[in-house]
Amino acid sequence: MSAKTTPKKRVKPESSNLAKEAKLPINKDLSKDELLGFYRDMVRIRRFEERSLRVYQQGKIGGFLHLYIGQESIAVGCASLMGDHDHMITAYRNHGHGLAVGMNMNECMAELLGKATGCSKGKGGSMHYFAPDKNYWGGHGIVGGQIPLGVGLAYGVKYKGNIGSAMAFMGDGAINQGAVHEAYNIAALWDLPAIFIIENNGYSMGTSQERSSSHPKEGLAARAEGYNMAWENINGESIFAIRDGVGRAIKRAHEESKPTILEIHTYRYQGHSVADANAKKYRTKEEIDDYRKNHDPLNVYRLYLLDSKIMSEDEMKVIDSEAKQEAEVAAQFADESPFPPVESITEDVYWEADNPDKRTSEGRLFFND
Amino acid sequence: MPEISYRQAIKDALAEEIERDENVVIIGEEVAQYNGAYKVTEGLLERYGPKRIVDAPISEAGFIGMGIGASMLGVRPVMELMFWSFAYVAWDQMINNAGCVRYMSGGLINVPIVIRGPANGGTNVGATHSHTPENLIANMPGLKVVCPATPYDAKGLMKAAIRDNDPVYVMESTLLYGTTGEVPEEEYVIPLGKADIKKEGTDVTIVCHGPSVPVALTAAQVLEEEHNISAEVVDLRSIRPLDEETILESVKKTNRAVLVEENRPFCGVDAQIAYTIQNKAFDYLDAPIQRISTIDAPAIYSPALEPEQLPKASTVVEKVLGIM
Repeated sequence: MSAKTTPKKRVKPESSNLAKEAKLPINKDLSKDELLGFYRDMVRIRRFEERSLRVYQQGKIGGFLHLYIGQESIAVGCASLMGDHDHMITAYRNHGHGLAVGMNMNECMAELLGKATGCSKGKGGSMHYFAPDKNYWGGHGIVGGQIPLGVGLAYGVKYKGNIGSAMAFMGDGAINQGAVHEAYNIAALWDLPAIFIIENNGYSMGTSQERSSSHPKEGLAARAEGYNMAWENINGESIFAIRDGVGRAIKRAHEESKPTILEIHTYRYQGHSVADANAKKYRTKEEIDDYRKNHDPLNVYRLYLLDSKIMSEDEMKVIDSEAKQEAEVAAQFADESPFPPVESITEDVYWEADNPDKRTSEGRLFFND
Repeated sequence: MPEISYRQAIKDALAEEIERDENVVIIGEEVAQYNGAYKVTEGLLERYGPKRIVDAPISEAGFIGMGIGASMLGVRPVMELMFWSFAYVAWDQMINNAGCVRYMSGGLINVPIVIRGPANGGTNVGATHSHTPENLIANMPGLKVVCPATPYDAKGLMKAAIRDNDPVYVMESTLLYGTTGEVPEEEYVIPLGKADIKKEGTDVTIVCHGPSVPVALTAAQVLEEEHNISAEVVDLRSIRPLDEETILESVKKTNRAVLVEENRPFCGVDAQIAYTIQNKAFDYLDAPIQRISTIDAPAIYSPALEPEQLPKASTVVEKVLGIM
């Protein structure tokens, strides 16, 4: 038996080259509107997250707040590829995906404050955004627990005879959960159009990849080999590289009904959640600064758009200030919105209880006295 | 009316619903080629093909979670657990996902899934294979749970469960699969949340559900024949939603209540029933409510002792005699 040594550090991809990646087939015909749209969406996510952090610091948000800052290219790149029967589901770092598929900032911010106008009427909170009308299925709190659901979405797409896919996102910490591996096996065994997307930001909460995961030297997605599944590593700092790799996985899902595991390298500047007071204890300031300065997906994309003269400085400023304004309006909207009434606590529990005229069961559903 | 087995009744319900609704699909371990570990799905693969009857790998968290995800898109999966005891490896999916998604999405998402399989002791398979988790499920708002005890109830409740837009967990019994009873040929559905008086009586109410129904009926017969006591046997059938009205009406008539179940005593279903009775029919009670549950320990293997651990008709008789 040969002993393999576990890689001690995560393998970071080479630096991106957006000018080159922009010429890849999936990107080369993008219009200026589309290219600026990606930028706008990434900026909107960042401004939303920054604004929500301030609201949190003002004490208006309860519980956890997991920010997506630094990872925006992934949600935006993936959402840009979705068609009618392509679906998304993710874990609790879920604001970016929601905004990327078209949820509006008002409903998202109001949800953080637990307001009746929130996307889940204040019942879900930061970790639980949903927009099924936009093929967005949440927003799930238990690490890895959403991955079997994602496989179920892929199963549903196939069962109904549609050409589509289900992108199931997870962090690098989720890859050691049993449910994830059960889902991998089922997707590969049954040829389901599932796309497993590992957003590898290097840390499962405070535990680095090298302290949490044993894996082939090629990285985390390479575990797919054990399930006879396709896989790929993607540099998350380039939205064009993301579109290229994810596009291939979607094509595989649509044309062959086969699953893929993708590992997208990324980074978060904030803690695991805002409450993660030790965010700077398990990593160095230099590491955070290096990512911020050299690998930030928003900066890298902004520079590309400016350098290639696709976007002017003025256009950039308009987009930036509009996003900031939108987040400001959302914060105000959330602040001014009412809290849900006490009676709403027992609404949205059972379909039947909410649709009494269509109820078919009898007897008591709630037991409060 | 034809007499068929409990097993056949469930199979007929599944077949009828598969034919009625193209979104109904049966998924579980050994349900297709092997014909079902307890033969509930025997012959269905041959009749309906591999799209509707699907063998899953031994991967409960994976395939139950998958079924929940598919149900969010409008598929109506009926998932078989070989034993309800295996639910615990899929607990996160069954509780956090099936049970909470509708709520956390503010009502945007429904989970029309059925999870079914046997949940009973008495077969000498030890603690890991003898769980009866209906009390645990009933503790989770968002979920529904039913425990049919006869072929008629099994068929009617299964059909209602499949048509329900909320998750319904159906607990059957390996000891009941072979029992027979009258089931009409014409179609019928039994609403969830409706108890059934299995035997009418005037002196004492015996409340039971699932595998304890035959125990209660045996006790009622002994009470009548040997002690001249007329016991009314109320079968809950559905735990959540719960038919409190039928329980209360019976207790108001008999003025005595004895509760039998296969749950353990602490936080068993009957703890809630006892509370309901004292809360809403206190003035009608002529004696303290009595409970008979499984003896409070993990399920023992020993074939000689397991019947002693489970609720016994003779204990029910003793408890009734003690309050008359």
